[in-house]
Amino acid sequence: MRFFLIAALVTLSLGAAQPPGGAASTAKASAPIDLTGYWVALVTEDWRFRMITPRKGDYQPMPMTDQARKIADAWDPAADEAARNQCKAYGAGAIMRLAARFHITWEDDNTLRVESDYGMQTRLFHFNAASSTSPGERTWQGYSSAQWERPSSLKVTTGNLRAGYLRKNGVPYSENAAVTEYFDVAPIPGGGQVLLVTSIVDDPQNLRQPFTNSSQFKKEADGSKWDPTPCTSK
Amino acid sequence: MGSDTVHFKMNRSAFTIFGAVLILAACRTAVAQVELTGSWTPRNHEVLTGDGLPVDFTGIPLSEEGRIRALSYSESQLEMVEHQCQGWPAFYLVQGPFGLKIWSETDPVKGNAISYTIGGWEDRAPMTIWMDGRAHPSKYALHTRSGFTTGAWEGNTLVTYTTHMKAGFLRKTGAPSSDEATTAMRFYRHGDLLTILEIIEDPIYLAEPWILSRSFQLSAAPQPPIGPPCITAYEGSVGATAPHYLPEKNPFVDEMTTKFGVPRDAAIGKPETLYPEYRKKIPIAR
Repeated sequence: MRFFLIAALVTLSLGAAQPPGGAASTAKASAPIDLTGYWVALVTEDWRFRMITPRKGDYQPMPMTDQARKIADAWDPAADEAARNQCKAYGAGAIMRLAARFHITWEDDNTLRVESDYGMQTRLFHFNAASSTSPGERTWQGYSSAQWERPSSLKVTTGNLRAGYLRKNGVPYSENAAVTEYFDVAPIPGGGQVLLVTSIVDDPQNLRQPFTNSSQFKKEADGSKWDPTPCTSK
Repeated sequence: MGSDTVHFKMNRSAFTIFGAVLILAACRTAVAQVELTGSWTPRNHEVLTGDGLPVDFTGIPLSEEGRIRALSYSESQLEMVEHQCQGWPAFYLVQGPFGLKIWSETDPVKGNAISYTIGGWEDRAPMTIWMDGRAHPSKYALHTRSGFTTGAWEGNTLVTYTTHMKAGFLRKTGAPSSDEATTAMRFYRHGDLLTILEIIEDPIYLAEPWILSRSFQLSAAPQPPIGPPCITAYEGSVGATAPHYLPEKNPFVDEMTTKFGVPRDAAIGKPETLYPEYRKKIPIAR
């Protein structure tokens, strides 16, 4: 009987580790939350830093190092355009803070695809990223590894970035920056769904402490308001 | 008799297993929660207070009524003795710049949390979150600064709902909140980071729910559970009327435009300005 008791406890413990619906081998099948669909940014915070390009020197309240301030003070949007760096403010360190729409789909069973209409960027969240996998050349969106955090969150870590801007007026992050994000969903009382993305950018070269912010998105029924717009430095 | 004994033993064993399973299930419920108590220091890397200029209602989806009242507000009201210690409603804990001290009251027998309390600041009252399943009081019950809050765990997320707040302000610069406002909050803990999602509804002064969030870092340094006492003082001007601006007479309505290039519609909190498509109506932002 002791055997049955132990078996029952082990079974229950294993059950706790399994996603609802039984064993699943892919990230898509074991997803504890549904992130897919069209999400629109709700610009309820930092309006003047997100909806318009802030003026040079308007860095409130970024935790910048002195070196970062010097870089930002030299911000030249025309030079960025000329050097084809107009997407510097649309990299993984800042993109979820942009006033944009995002379309989230499954690229395959273990890769989540996140597209933005503003800046027309694509991020890929790899759930089966092996440590030996070569991330390839540096890009604005870098290389993202993803894992479900039970019971109901997604954690994404991103590296291998090209140096970019945390804010459109040139607040920099370096190519050594590491971005950690948490994705959570919640119902809106009265109807609808909100996506919360908490973002931490760690870049000791340019930031006195990890830059932390959280952004909200409302789910939309379809892509009728999807409006692809190229990157701009201005 | 031998058969009865076997059945009895089997039943006892079955009960033992059943009991163990129930206990384990209960433990699973308990461990599904996360620890929220402690001191949390704010990560002030976002501008949520929005109180730098008198007319900055950017990001707030004000109703027409809300906008009219907001533009009639003069911050000189705060020099009136009766307003000096008015404080801000419970939802200010996400907007304000201070840290959080959270503690719990525990049932001495069952060990579960009866309530959580988020300590106050000088200008925000402490907020108690009742976890014992009690109902919200009648809508005619006393309204206070912190309101009445209940909470429950959804997995690892603490979900709270606040009613019975006194009429106050959505933003310190005069965007009003009514005594019918409610707030739903969700507390997400990821490692040493606590992020609070806040959804404020107000059938009078908001055109749609106002959704905000802020993150806090777990801190070894203690956050104070209360702020210093607010003491009123005569500030030298007692008028016959409360300081205010008549409709169309607020002298600061275009300050956001001249200083930062923010269109007036955004500065006065028109709901359509919260969405990305509004960017196309701003010439300099295209």
